[in-house]
Amino acid sequence: MKSNPHDWLNEHGDYLYRFALTRLRDPHQAEDVVQETLLAAIKSNTFAEQSSPRTWLTGILKHKIIDCMRKQLREIPASELLAEEDANMDEFFDDTGHWAEKPQAWDIPHDALQQKQFLQVLQECMARLPQKLAAIFTMRDVDELDNEEICKALNITATNAWVMLYRARMGLRKCLEMHW
Amino acid sequence: MLNCKQTSVLVSQSLDRPLTWRERWAVRLHLLICVYCRRFTAQLKWIQGAMQSWQIHATDRTEDVLSAAARERITQQLDKFY
Repeated sequence: MKSNPHDWLNEHGDYLYRFALTRLRDPHQAEDVVQETLLAAIKSNTFAEQSSPRTWLTGILKHKIIDCMRKQLREIPASELLAEEDANMDEFFDDTGHWAEKPQAWDIPHDALQQKQFLQVLQECMARLPQKLAAIFTMRDVDELDNEEICKALNITATNAWVMLYRARMGLRKCLEMHW
Repeated sequence: MLNCKQTSVLVSQSLDRPLTWRERWAVRLHLLICVYCRRFTAQLKWIQGAMQSWQIHATDRTEDVLSAAARERITQQLDKFY
């Protein structure tokens, strides 16, 4: 059975678009990487019949997303990237290094409805993170790339990556605490 | 003795790299006496665990779809190559 690229677009286009949108945020960039993915899929012969087209296309899409993120990051000097959020970091701790606002105990969602509500809040909190922090955090904790892969893909140092991931987690945790 | 800020940095890094034994013990010691950092640590790990569910949730959002214009543009591009 030969898959047709137009079927790929019809059946998986929206899925691929949403996948890209969660990582890139920008609808135009998300559309562009979906297009690049489908064109790359036509040109490559790597589709193995035993894997599902969606899995295969998503694999190509992940690479296109990383390319796109690398380009974005290249436009900003690393020093600026790290300075961007400095003002916000002071809010978490006082001068002596103690919590400015002490972490509260959370209600862990224990049924399907609560779980769904929690994911909705998580979605909103991810959307509030600065785009680049959300992107690197997604690579790490959703795609489960290791640090070395992330540094290589984005052309940043390990220290930069740790700092960005730390800021992403601090921001996300704070947002969840306020809204969950 | 680590303070809370230093502890939070190391707890985050422990999710990304193996800590040295010295760092591990320093964190453990701090967590022993600090309920807030214990909460923080549990919450970070919990968020990490929730991210896979978030991914599924986010790609299920039916309100985000390719626009008709984008679909048309991509179709035209595909026609050139197929």
